[in-house]
Amino acid sequence: MRPGAHPLRRTAEGARPVDFGAFVRARSRAGDLVVQPRMGFSDPGTMRAGLAATSAADATTVGTITLDSYTRVGELASVDEALSTGAKLNGYPIVTYDRAVTGQVLAGIRDETFPVQVRHGSAVPGDIFAALRRTLINATEGGPVSYCLPYGRTPLDESVRNWVRCTEDFAQLRESGVEPHLETFGGCMLGQLCPPSQLVAISVLEALFFCQHGIRSVSLSYAQQTHPGQDREAVAALRRLCGELLPTPNWHVVIYAYMGVYPTTDEGAYRLLDEATRLAVTSGSERLIVKTVAESRRIPTVAENVAALEAAALTARAARPGGPAPAESDSQTYLEARALVEGVLELSPDIGHAFELAFRQGALDIPYCLHPDNHGRARSYIDGDGRLRWAGIGRLPLAGLVGPARTREATASGLIADLSYVQRAFDRPAMESGAFRDRGRADIAPPESGSS
Amino acid sequence: MHGATNTVSPAGARRGTVVVTTVASDSHTWNLVFLQLLIEELGYEVINLGPCVPDQVLIDACRETAPDLVVISSVNGHGHQDGLRVIDALRACGELASTPVVIGGKLGVAGHQSDAAIGELMSAGFDAVFDDSSSTTREFSRFVGTLSPAARPLERTEVVA
Repeated sequence: MRPGAHPLRRTAEGARPVDFGAFVRARSRAGDLVVQPRMGFSDPGTMRAGLAATSAADATTVGTITLDSYTRVGELASVDEALSTGAKLNGYPIVTYDRAVTGQVLAGIRDETFPVQVRHGSAVPGDIFAALRRTLINATEGGPVSYCLPYGRTPLDESVRNWVRCTEDFAQLRESGVEPHLETFGGCMLGQLCPPSQLVAISVLEALFFCQHGIRSVSLSYAQQTHPGQDREAVAALRRLCGELLPTPNWHVVIYAYMGVYPTTDEGAYRLLDEATRLAVTSGSERLIVKTVAESRRIPTVAENVAALEAAALTARAARPGGPAPAESDSQTYLEARALVEGVLELSPDIGHAFELAFRQGALDIPYCLHPDNHGRARSYIDGDGRLRWAGIGRLPLAGLVGPARTREATASGLIADLSYVQRAFDRPAMESGAFRDRGRADIAPPESGSS
Repeated sequence: MHGATNTVSPAGARRGTVVVTTVASDSHTWNLVFLQLLIEELGYEVINLGPCVPDQVLIDACRETAPDLVVISSVNGHGHQDGLRVIDALRACGELASTPVVIGGKLGVAGHQSDAAIGELMSAGFDAVFDDSSSTTREFSRFVGTLSPAARPLERTEVVA
């Protein structure tokens, strides 16, 4: 249990937020997995209550302020309209609120035992980063690729330019004595059906991009996919590439509980979260972003988030760390990820520019990504053993590593089967035991391939 | 998609054109990828506008292609608010006044749309509302099956792909 009543320090020195990365790494060294919700509310009082509940949870937590999707795309007039009519937004509109409002949300809650991260998902994040600097919020996440290609219409080159400028401005927080922290979202591309090696590669490349533009405290994301063994292999590959390539020792790995179509039963949802927690602990990862039992239905409540945080903490305490993976074993995922990273880095010493060239040439290619700057020839599928595999590699530099492509025509029913593979696998035991309430519908709307 | 796929026209012949889109603030795409495949299997050419579609981009695309159906899919909880704005803008264009336009997905942050909320969308000008918590893919497929295919030359649908 976190020490609850921490007085807010009033001195200028004490009011400076701690380095998010250093905090998480210290907790990890002490044997705790840091757990974190996705949480954002338009009402400042509700947002503050959500942070307070996260802080008070029986778990080692960090706080989250997820921004609303109007702010994410810069549609600030729609924020005003919603606020004036009392309509609820799906997150906290940090750009619209006065800095004093956000200051009040954080006052007495954010401190050296409870850092807070802002999550947004914007390819045009200039206003958001400006709001973060105004309120000395020194931890956020994203990336020039992962916040552009999957979710919007912003051209990749424009996203790269925006992220260069914002990252360099964010790095200047150090002049105020505050260490800025950035997390890559590249390990989560599209939420599902991106083969793990490419998730690892983009996560590493975005971290290198952040470092190239002045950031010294980074974390790298990886989202749980469809097969526990393949996921462990992927996180081991990610950690090994971090050690080999990152110019800073201040990095950690954050695991995201499954981001695709989520189980509809409470039992299935908890078993999936348990598996994500065990992945985090056995892979030596330092932080976990949880999902709740409500994911398949709607935006979760604060209480549902707290329940998920405490369930994950309980599982984490019982799980045994797997120890570092043997460095000499070159897994398939490591070999593919390294080939993808090298294929990009050799295009230009400027990583942002290398990203642009890579997507143009197909050296990076996200399956099923609709963005016009994506090459669009790579395809993936879930194999009979549950592993995510390449159905076609397009022009990815994996020719010597991946066998010949299967010819497999994409159909609506085949896509739904793959998208809902995890949901079915985790709901099945609950359904067979009769606990499942048949909701009588096909879930065509993945709840969370999105931005939070 | 049983039954529905039986209506697929012979290769090359398309029943018409469908615009698949979402609203300006919605970044989700799997729903759009799925709908594209489904509607193609129902025999239509699909123009998929992708995520985060500004109102004007949607209006321009519809004016240019005169689609047989516009499908708005949103799952981020803003679909109701954005849908009301978008349908006003579409219906304000004379040539789109009677184009079938439907909306579906997770349309509010509360998990399901009330009858009143669905009624509001219908009276604003939508031809059907497929709220994720109360309707099925098959109902959507049936709706598409009831559209009368436009008698239009084939080359019309090919130039817009």
